[in-house]
Amino acid sequence: MTLDEVLTSLFPSGHTIENGSLGTLHGTAKVEDQGEVTVVGIVGGTPLGVDGAILLAGHVLAAVETGDRTPIVVLVDTSSQNMARRDELLGLNEYLAHLFKSLTLATMHGHRTVSVLYGHAAAGAFIATALPSQSLVALPGAEPSVMDLPSISRVTKLPLEQLNELAKSTPIFAPGVEPLFATGAVTENWAANEPFAPRLAALLRQPVTNSDPRDQIGFERKGRLLARQIAERVATEAAAHA
Amino acid sequence: MSNLLQPHEADWYEASARERVTGLLDPKSFTEFLGPEQRVMSPHLAQFNLTGAFDDGIVVGRGRLDSQEVFAAAQEGRFLGGAFGEVHGAKLLGLLRAARDSAKTGGPRAVLLLLDTGGVRLQEANAGELAISEIIHAILEVRSASVPVLALVGGRAGAFGGGGIITASCSRIVVSEHARVSVSGPEVIETNKGVEEFDSKDRALVWRVCGARTRYLTGGADRYVKGRIQDFREAAIALIPHAPPFELATLKAEQQRLAERLQRFGDCRDAPEIWHKASVPEPERIAEITDDAFLAIQRSKGADHDAR
Repeated sequence: MTLDEVLTSLFPSGHTIENGSLGTLHGTAKVEDQGEVTVVGIVGGTPLGVDGAILLAGHVLAAVETGDRTPIVVLVDTSSQNMARRDELLGLNEYLAHLFKSLTLATMHGHRTVSVLYGHAAAGAFIATALPSQSLVALPGAEPSVMDLPSISRVTKLPLEQLNELAKSTPIFAPGVEPLFATGAVTENWAANEPFAPRLAALLRQPVTNSDPRDQIGFERKGRLLARQIAERVATEAAAHA
Repeated sequence: MSNLLQPHEADWYEASARERVTGLLDPKSFTEFLGPEQRVMSPHLAQFNLTGAFDDGIVVGRGRLDSQEVFAAAQEGRFLGGAFGEVHGAKLLGLLRAARDSAKTGGPRAVLLLLDTGGVRLQEANAGELAISEIIHAILEVRSASVPVLALVGGRAGAFGGGGIITASCSRIVVSEHARVSVSGPEVIETNKGVEEFDSKDRALVWRVCGARTRYLTGGADRYVKGRIQDFREAAIALIPHAPPFELATLKAEQQRLAERLQRFGDCRDAPEIWHKASVPEPERIAEITDDAFLAIQRSKGADHDAR
């Protein structure tokens, strides 16, 4: 889907979203029975670097500072983090962490946060834009990945055909919406033939919660069978030794 | 490691994860959770013809630091590069959640993360990536409950990929000379953008871009220590009382700090350009001077801060 199609189908009641520099977006939109929501984004397949990350974090912190608890929608079509010597020299890890922290702080201050992925998002950019929100929606065309299979093949030294075969039997490593849905990363996967606006409104009506249920969801969807149980066993031992 | 050395005098870089955590904490105070005797291993490695480890490459538990209760986790950089898989990540997640849940009832004084990781374990890429985001979320919850979380980095794997983002999510960061902290590794940048962008075989360049001295001088790390376990211990004890809380004021300070760094150094392509602009004496020699000489240097404005 193009950005215009995404905006029209998510926000049919209107919006004031404008393109910022470096592939970023910022503005407000009207959502049925929510009133105005804040919208930020990194779009057009732009890699997320230090400059884009600080810009987006600034928008999120400004929304938190108003104290009005408006929901925040993050639109994502970003490729990966900007792979450049300059960005790493300047401390890209701190800038991506800062964006993650800003979105988490928004949740703690009562903002409902939803990331909407309609293009690519890989590796560190996926962590900083898609995974900090309370919910992650995948639209048609969403291509989340940690790393593509040819690169995984190169690192693991396993033939691509074998990885393609393996990917059919386990969601644990393969790129794409379905495996990431199964592991609990993607909250909802919306199909092209349904209207998005009512679904977004329904998602935003859900209560703001600080708890992170993704290990439980991954267990229920049978995509991540161990994580929840291991985390609980550690916590139980910690309590027993207290 | 020589048996003649006391645990805390041993070298951080050479030590195993268990040696680091036991040497860091008060003698004989460490209790491990889900230890190797329970054989909690990754079920995903066999299909990639890899042998697992009984602890999946991470040690988690509790102990005392300067007589105060703390939680600690140590990654084993020598097992699959300390990378985050499903079990590995969930062990750290469970530890952080336990710290959060017990914070109001006399929980740990701090959580210490002894990071040594290349990032996501590609054989379990989705589980590893998701675990990293769950861990960052949990770190911020722990910080929000007024329990400092410290990152200690000085191992052979550094802190790359999501491990670099986790590092920067902590309240305070301690590094030694060997530490490299980054998102994309030099090899990944070279593969994607070419050797002109980043020559990953140029070791000196790699250290100037990702290394501990660069991070410390620009504020990407809060303490630079010599390489003994004892040095990390002393830094951790000193930093815990001064860790910034996780709140709006801290993040506004962080926004300003990071924006100012871009304004001052945003057009620099190599570390000596930054040192020159920051008026560090003899910027070309930063990489080669001794730790003592390095520690005597005045850091640039913005490197010492109340943000993070």
